[in-house]
Amino acid sequence: MTGEAIVFYLLAAVTLGAGVVVVTSGNIVHSAAALVPAFLGVTGLYILLNAEFVAGIQVLIYAGAITVLILFAIMLTEGGTGLGGRQRNEQAAVGAAVAAAMAALLIVVAVRTGWPAGSGTLPPYTPGAIGQSFLGQNILVFEGTSIVLLVSLMGAIMIARRED
Amino acid sequence: MTQLAWIIPLLPLAAFVAIVAAGPRLPGRGAYVSIAGIVLAGIGGLVVLEEVLGGARADITYTWAVLGTRPITVGFMVDPLSAIMLAMVGVVASLITIYSVGYMAGDEHYPRFFAYLSLFQFSMLFLVLADNFLFIYAGWELVGLCSYLLIGFWFERPAAAKAALKAFITTRVGDFSMMIGILIIFLYTGSLRFDEVFKGIQGGSLAGPLLTAAAILVFGGAVGKSAQVPLHVWLPDAMEGPTPVSALIHAATMVAAGVYLVARTYPLFLLTTGHAGLTVVAWVGGITALAAATMGVVENDIKRVLAYSTMSQLGYMMLGLGVLGYTAGMFHLITHAFFKALLFLGAGSVIHAVATNDMKQMGGLARYMPWTTWTFIAATLALTGIPPFAGFFSKDQILAAAFAHNRVLWALGAAGAFLTSLYMGRLIWYTFAGTYRGGDPQAQPAHAHGHAGPHESPAVMVVPLAILAVFAVFLGWVGAESLGNPFEKFIHFAGVEPAPPNFGLLVGSIAIAVAGWAAAGAIYVWRVVPSESLRRALPWAYTLLVRRYYVDDLYAWVFLEVGGGVMRLAGLFDRYVVDGLVNLTGWLARQFGLGLRYLQTGREETYLLIVFLGVVLIVVVRLVW
Amino acid sequence: MPGLSHYLVVSALLFALGLYAVVTRRNTVAILMGVELMLNAANINLVAFNKYAAPSAMQGQIFALIVITLAACEAAVGLALVLAAYRTLETIYEDEINVMKW
Repeated sequence: MTGEAIVFYLLAAVTLGAGVVVVTSGNIVHSAAALVPAFLGVTGLYILLNAEFVAGIQVLIYAGAITVLILFAIMLTEGGTGLGGRQRNEQAAVGAAVAAAMAALLIVVAVRTGWPAGSGTLPPYTPGAIGQSFLGQNILVFEGTSIVLLVSLMGAIMIARRED
Repeated sequence: MTQLAWIIPLLPLAAFVAIVAAGPRLPGRGAYVSIAGIVLAGIGGLVVLEEVLGGARADITYTWAVLGTRPITVGFMVDPLSAIMLAMVGVVASLITIYSVGYMAGDEHYPRFFAYLSLFQFSMLFLVLADNFLFIYAGWELVGLCSYLLIGFWFERPAAAKAALKAFITTRVGDFSMMIGILIIFLYTGSLRFDEVFKGIQGGSLAGPLLTAAAILVFGGAVGKSAQVPLHVWLPDAMEGPTPVSALIHAATMVAAGVYLVARTYPLFLLTTGHAGLTVVAWVGGITALAAATMGVVENDIKRVLAYSTMSQLGYMMLGLGVLGYTAGMFHLITHAFFKALLFLGAGSVIHAVATNDMKQMGGLARYMPWTTWTFIAATLALTGIPPFAGFFSKDQILAAAFAHNRVLWALGAAGAFLTSLYMGRLIWYTFAGTYRGGDPQAQPAHAHGHAGPHESPAVMVVPLAILAVFAVFLGWVGAESLGNPFEKFIHFAGVEPAPPNFGLLVGSIAIAVAGWAAAGAIYVWRVVPSESLRRALPWAYTLLVRRYYVDDLYAWVFLEVGGGVMRLAGLFDRYVVDGLVNLTGWLARQFGLGLRYLQTGREETYLLIVFLGVVLIVVVRLVW
Repeated sequence: MPGLSHYLVVSALLFALGLYAVVTRRNTVAILMGVELMLNAANINLVAFNKYAAPSAMQGQIFALIVITLAACEAAVGLALVLAAYRTLETIYEDEINVMKW
């Protein structure tokens, strides 16, 4: 077993373990806290996949911004939750079965399919290549995303604003 | 002129259009236009008659449409039969229209009355001239419509509106039967033209029971229009219309159209197996002649007595045609048209004077209105068959033909003749003799026409009465055997010979008529057997007659009770079965909706779960397959 | 050496976890967390395919970046909705926010 494999299994274990905590914890704050290791585990996987720039963005946005946002939301809506309350709805069993079935199907598909092996190599400096691509070939997607970002920003303000 | 006979019906039609368009602004508020139209038509009719007497004939045809390979030819024909009808309708309608000026004076809807009258005259002349079943049916329906409009002329009165509806619907039954008959004829002979149809029947394209059925179905139309048993119930009620209308439509012309139809399509009946069609005609006519006369005996409404009399006389005409007395039936039609129009106009004059139809409210009117009285008596003598008045000749010929054909039919006719004298004697006695029973004539309050008390009618009404009286007195001589029967020379059906004159029968007819008068005198004048004691002695008979043999009640029961029951059943079927099915679909959709709405939980996790469940199921199913 | 399918298996498991959270958690914020996990799972796929199936193209990573951006948008709008719902309905439990049912 190579070092890369060890790191991979370690990261996968961290990610999935934290994910299980996120999903199952009765305490919403614990769930939110467990999000951080889950996102960091995914970050590690990105690094293993030679996607350093994506890994960096993942840390900044997911592990940083979104987690903090979620914690804020938890604090702001504290009166609506309560630790003693039931955390699962009545379809927990069916949901678990469907989720397990989905996982099984996806795994079967992932393992059974003969994925084509790609040719070529990653560019040596991926952030530069990504930047070139965003402002070149993918400029339309880039601009579209920025519009979505703007609109959702305004939308979020509109929705969250106190009406008076 | 004979070739241009088709113009004659257009003259009243033009008058109708003018009155409808301009109405009250026309001279005489439309009356003069109407009179001009029909008088010109009448003169035209007389000219045509004169030419046809000289041997002229005309048949103007025009191919109207082609149905598949069958051309529908329409057109007009002028032959002795249509010429004499044309002249009769023209003259009688002219006199009645002139009379109407006086009778209808002061009526609110004066122009409308003359418009309808002109429309009717057009329809009747059109019907008379038709040379095919299509036109005769069109005219048939048009006169029916005019009859409806004119019976219901005073539609503000519920009785008039109901009577109009009754007349229309009852005759409709006959019209429908006639239409089926015409369709059968068209189907088998491929033509609607009378001559081609008859040729086709002679050629055997329509024969046997089917021909009999077609003939009887066509006769059904005549039964409805001529108020024969069992479709007679509308005619007495039709007396709700203005009296000139009763005279024109319900005495002289439209009701006679049924007789004219039978005469016009005579080969159809003659060629039926064993004269079956004619036998039906004869029996219907004979039964109507007697039954209507019996009902006339107990009626108190002067116009209704005359209506029953009309039914009875139309029965005679049918009887005459049915017993191979083609000439006699048509002759009676013509004479009857004149004297019955006169009777109705006389009755109208009386009603105009006393403002009631009830004979018990009249009496002694001979003193106040001599012209009306004497013309009325002349017409009555013509009706009852007293020689030498017109009705004597025609009725005697019918009875002679019936006697030669079937004694039972003759007995029906003879009994009817006796009763005719009886009820007309009663009418004369109640109306003109004795003393006035409607209160002091001078003190009577002004009635609808703004006059006071009984008085002679104005000249515009009396002059037509006098002219008609001349016809009623002298017209019979054109068919007199002693003069060689000129009418028979003119109107006859080849191969159908009139019954030989029978002197004994002639005396018998006169004796019967006189016996009827004598009975009337015994009951009402000398009071040997007062009518009250008769009524007490035969209460069931009296009730039966007053209730008109319960035919109206029977129809009411059949259509209201039985028909109503069927309607109620149909209503229940509609409400519970048809509506039930409709409601069931609605209910099912609603229940489905109620069941399916639980899918709409309003919770995204459920939806999402179902989406992924679906994905799993689809993939699994796809893999397993 | 872990290959493409290893990553895909991890991604599948993470996705299933996220799905389980979304369909079973009552707390709306927890549902949003589940959505984030599912998005991360998708991102792992994109980046992994980028490396193993088409290394010379950067489309997979670019797509992943866009997904991250949209995930941020989604988190912002989603949490705004949670706040709004909390203010008007005084609950953030999903099964109590059911005014749009039959």
